[in-house]
Amino acid sequence: MKASVIVFPGSNCDRDVQVALEKFQIDTTMVWHQETSLPKSDLVVLPGGFSYGDYLRCGSMASKSKVMNEVIKHAKDGGYVFGICNGFQILTETGLLPGALLRNSKLKFICKNVFIKTTNNQTAFTKKIPENKILSIPIAHNEGNYFASKEEIQSLKEHNQIVFQYCDEEGNISGESNPNGSFLNIAGISNQNKNVLGMMPHPERSIDQLLGGVDGQGIFQSLL
Amino acid sequence: MKFEIFVTLKKEVLDPQGKAVEGAIQNLGLSNISNIRQGKYFTLEVNDSNEEKATQQAEEACKKLLANLTIEEYSIKKIG
Repeated sequence: MKASVIVFPGSNCDRDVQVALEKFQIDTTMVWHQETSLPKSDLVVLPGGFSYGDYLRCGSMASKSKVMNEVIKHAKDGGYVFGICNGFQILTETGLLPGALLRNSKLKFICKNVFIKTTNNQTAFTKKIPENKILSIPIAHNEGNYFASKEEIQSLKEHNQIVFQYCDEEGNISGESNPNGSFLNIAGISNQNKNVLGMMPHPERSIDQLLGGVDGQGIFQSLL
Repeated sequence: MKFEIFVTLKKEVLDPQGKAVEGAIQNLGLSNISNIRQGKYFTLEVNDSNEEKATQQAEEACKKLLANLTIEEYSIKKIG
C-alpha cells in the first residue's frame, strides 16, 4: 500500500498523518501542492490544518491547487482519497463530496474528544471496524457544521454515504451529542463509489495510547 | 471593466454570525433593526471591453471560486 499526503501552505496535520500511515507500514510520500503529478499511490490523503489561512472559505483555495487536478483524476479512476478535517472541507470544495462545512453553530472553535458511530462499515476505510462501533476520536475545528441541501441529504441516505455520526458514549445520536450543528450529526461521509472519505474528527491523533487513545487505528487497518 | 460582487449565504442556510451581530445591535438599543445577514464584498476588474463577455468572466469567477453555490448566492454589478 502506497500513500501520498498532499501538503498545502498551512497544513499542520500532514506529519501526524504520515506517522500514522507509517505505523501501519503504509509507504508514504509527502507531495507539495504545486506538483503537477502524483507518485504512484493507492491512497491520497488531504491532511488537516488551515490551508491558505482559511482565506475566502476553508479549503476553497486548496481545492484549486495544481495537484488537485491529479487528485480528482485519481478519485475518478477509483483510487482512495481520504480527507481529514481541512481535507474534508477541501473535498467538498472540489465537489468530490457533496455539501459544505459551515461555521460551528455556536461560533466557537471546538477541540475535544467526541464519540462517533461507524454507521457504514462497507467502505474501504471502515471495513475492519464492526458496524455501529462507537469510537472516541478528537475533533479540532471551527467550521465542521455539515450542511447539504434536502436533495443531497436524501441522496446521501439512499446511497448509504453517511459513514460516521456524532453520538454519546452509549451511541445515541441526538442534539446533545452534536458538537457543531451538523445535519443528522454527520461527522464523515463517502462518495457514492465509497472510494472517497471525508471526516472532521482526527483519527491520526488516536493511534497510540501515548496520544490518549487508539480508536482511530481501525481506519488505517481497514486500508491495508 | 470594473464589477462589484456580493456573496451571501442562501436564505435557507443559517447564519450564526449574522445572528450574533444582530444580538449586539439589539444590545445597542437599536431595536428596529433585525434580520442581519453577513456576507462578502469583492471588487474586480476584467480586461475586456465587451460588457457581455466581461460579465461572463466575472460570473465564471463567482461560480468557480468566489461563491460556493451549495450554500451561497452572488450578485454582480458593473461599476465602471
